Amino acid sequence: MDNILKIIKDTSLTYEQKVLTLAKAAENSIKPLNIDDETQKYREEGVICDLFEGNAPYRPRYIVPDYEVFLKNGSKFLGLEPPKNIWEAVNSLLILYKHVPSITSFPVYLGNIDTILDRFVEDEEEAYQAIKLFLLHIDRTITDSFCHANIGPEDTKAGRLILKASRELNASIPNLTLKYSQNTPDDLALDSINTALVTAKPSFANHEMFVGELGEDYSIASCYNGLPIGGGNFTLVRLNMGKLAPMAKDTEDFINNLLPDAVEKMAGYMDERIKFLMEESGYFESSFLVKEGLISIDRFTSMFGMVGLADAVNHLLGAKDQKARFGHSKEADDLGVRIIEKLEEEVNKHHNPYCKFSDGKFLLHAQVGIDTDKGIAPGCRIPIGEEPEIWDHIKHCALFHKFFPTGIGDIFRFDSTVKRNPQYVLDIMKGAMKVGMRYISFYTSDSDVVRITGYLVKRSDMEKLERGEQVLNGAAVLGLGAVKNQHVLDRKERKDA
Amino acid sequence: MLKGLVNKIIPFSSVDGPGNRTAIFLQGCNFNCLYCHNPETINLCSNCGICTKVCPTQCLYIENGIVRWYKENCKECDSCLKACKSCSSPKTTFMTVEDVIKAIEKTRPFISGITLSGGECMLQKEFVIELCEAVKKLGLTAFIDSNGSIPFYGDHRLIEAIDMVMLDVKSFDKEEHKMLTGQDNEMVFKNMEYLASINKLYEIRTVIVPGVLINERNVDKLSKRLAELNPNIKYKLIKYRPIGVRTDIIKSSVPTDEMMEKLKDIAIKNGCKDVVVI
Repeated sequence: MDNILKIIKDTSLTYEQKVLTLAKAAENSIKPLNIDDETQKYREEGVICDLFEGNAPYRPRYIVPDYEVFLKNGSKFLGLEPPKNIWEAVNSLLILYKHVPSITSFPVYLGNIDTILDRFVEDEEEAYQAIKLFLLHIDRTITDSFCHANIGPEDTKAGRLILKASRELNASIPNLTLKYSQNTPDDLALDSINTALVTAKPSFANHEMFVGELGEDYSIASCYNGLPIGGGNFTLVRLNMGKLAPMAKDTEDFINNLLPDAVEKMAGYMDERIKFLMEESGYFESSFLVKEGLISIDRFTSMFGMVGLADAVNHLLGAKDQKARFGHSKEADDLGVRIIEKLEEEVNKHHNPYCKFSDGKFLLHAQVGIDTDKGIAPGCRIPIGEEPEIWDHIKHCALFHKFFPTGIGDIFRFDSTVKRNPQYVLDIMKGAMKVGMRYISFYTSDSDVVRITGYLVKRSDMEKLERGEQVLNGAAVLGLGAVKNQHVLDRKERKDA
Repeated sequence: MLKGLVNKIIPFSSVDGPGNRTAIFLQGCNFNCLYCHNPETINLCSNCGICTKVCPTQCLYIENGIVRWYKENCKECDSCLKACKSCSSPKTTFMTVEDVIKAIEKTRPFISGITLSGGECMLQKEFVIELCEAVKKLGLTAFIDSNGSIPFYGDHRLIEAIDMVMLDVKSFDKEEHKMLTGQDNEMVFKNMEYLASINKLYEIRTVIVPGVLINERNVDKLSKRLAELNPNIKYKLIKYRPIGVRTDIIKSSVPTDEMMEKLKDIAIKNGCKDVVVI
């Protein structure tokens, strides 16, 4: 019980953070899942990692409610009538958010907040007031960076007000994505870029690509995860390729033996987690979100995560010299593609009866890493410190993005002088979409809000935390870990070159 | 085959016109501005060979009396440029239009277009025309960054080939212009008027150089002239900065923000609607 007392006495945690940490400790005091020895060995070696989901899943990892249904019908359980104006709309949403769980206990998806609010925008000045307070309330109460709102792809009055308020508030929460389609007007894209250059959001999602795989009703939740609206994701477990590769005799052994074995074990572990959630926890039988039609079991999938492709490739090739490494050599990049193709093939062999949205399949996800990862690059990214020129870098991203419908993305840090020429960033963003990039984020070197690996944290919050002070955003501690272990503040600064 | 002498290509540039542009710097200039920040682009190489003696990676050598550059080993330390007595560079390359197009291929999805700069790119007008024609076939725009000394008028093919021109108007006063650049400014004004009349003048730029130019007079007179031509054309006021400059031939300092704002106000008061300080 030492750990419980330690949590209780920890002065760097807010009261709310303590309660959540204690709940996690309680969950982890039982072991109801059946995990076979070989899978357990992979877990202990860090090859398979469930990203701290806990020992007894009692809610899906990511819940993506259909907020339009909620605003249209109100909620019987919450005792809310359908809202009639902007104040009622934002108030109702803020109430609902407190009842949308996820792995962090905070909602990871807040809705396509421009389209759902736009019909309530009558007087723009009043709507701006309401939207700004709405966003402020979110930042100060949903104190977790994995909370994500979407806007676009169409231009709306509400969308413009959301961007304006985001610039003014300069807050790390919520994360924000513009669904960018070929029909999104340049003017909205530029407004979004001008916002991102101030406050590191929104990011840009390739709308056509997501629609092609997930349909029109998709969302971007948590870091950058593509998921069906009205459903979500049961579980996300990751396969650490950087740790699996050194166990292989050679590349062929890795691809033909180790990788299929690890995929099979991990898929089995995911099955076990989903089974407990669906058959034991009673979540779907009891949640009002299901009863009121905000989520439905047949709109759920599960995310098969991977991390450390660069490390696996470099290890298998024995690539020490920069020219021979992942992101710099055709041989290394080709091997990377071959590994991911094989991963997709193996994952697709597996069938889980509960993942109805994806016809029983798990969908690939390039996981961004955890704060304690050292020497493991996120997903299919080129490690920080080894980044090539941006045009080569983006094309390299595009090699992999098509394999990951539930999320993959990369981040570019610009010299702050680009603020003078946002069209420059627009050209780069459009080019990235054109060459097949799924998801791209930008920020500038002088921004207080910075994108860590997928989520946003304020530099000033991390500084406070380092001094032992409490900060409201629970993800700041993860950001600080990633700064120390993965050097995320040292991302290559992009200047004219 | 027609070749251009290229000093360098910057694949992504945020400061050479609208959006992201691949900037192509051609070698050779007919001005010799006191504040030139890339004086190595002014003259053609005299093949004196001084640079071959200072290159720490031995990537410069003389072959049949000509200085050659072995690009692969170059660390871009610029020791050669510092040693050069002729305001030139051994690192220039003769390129065909196809060569340049090939170089643009890698950046093509990410750029609005190209900007030809220098040196004075218009000294290689035939190459400029052919390159711009080829670039436009790719769906990109072609901008010209010029000192205005070579006429743009009277050449239909040139005007059809280019999208817009960014023109340096360094001084309003003939004598001051001569003192600064070595040439007078009559042609610069003719070009400014002509390009504005056909809506191909993207911007004019004036460098503010304390103690060397009568800056207030320049901005006042130039902004009046520009506002008469078209008040919506961008007027860019650029701070003198000593980076890359031959500080042995010019004694100046970086103008203060207050000074720049004051000059900007003058331009706005004179009717210019798009005045930018950088």
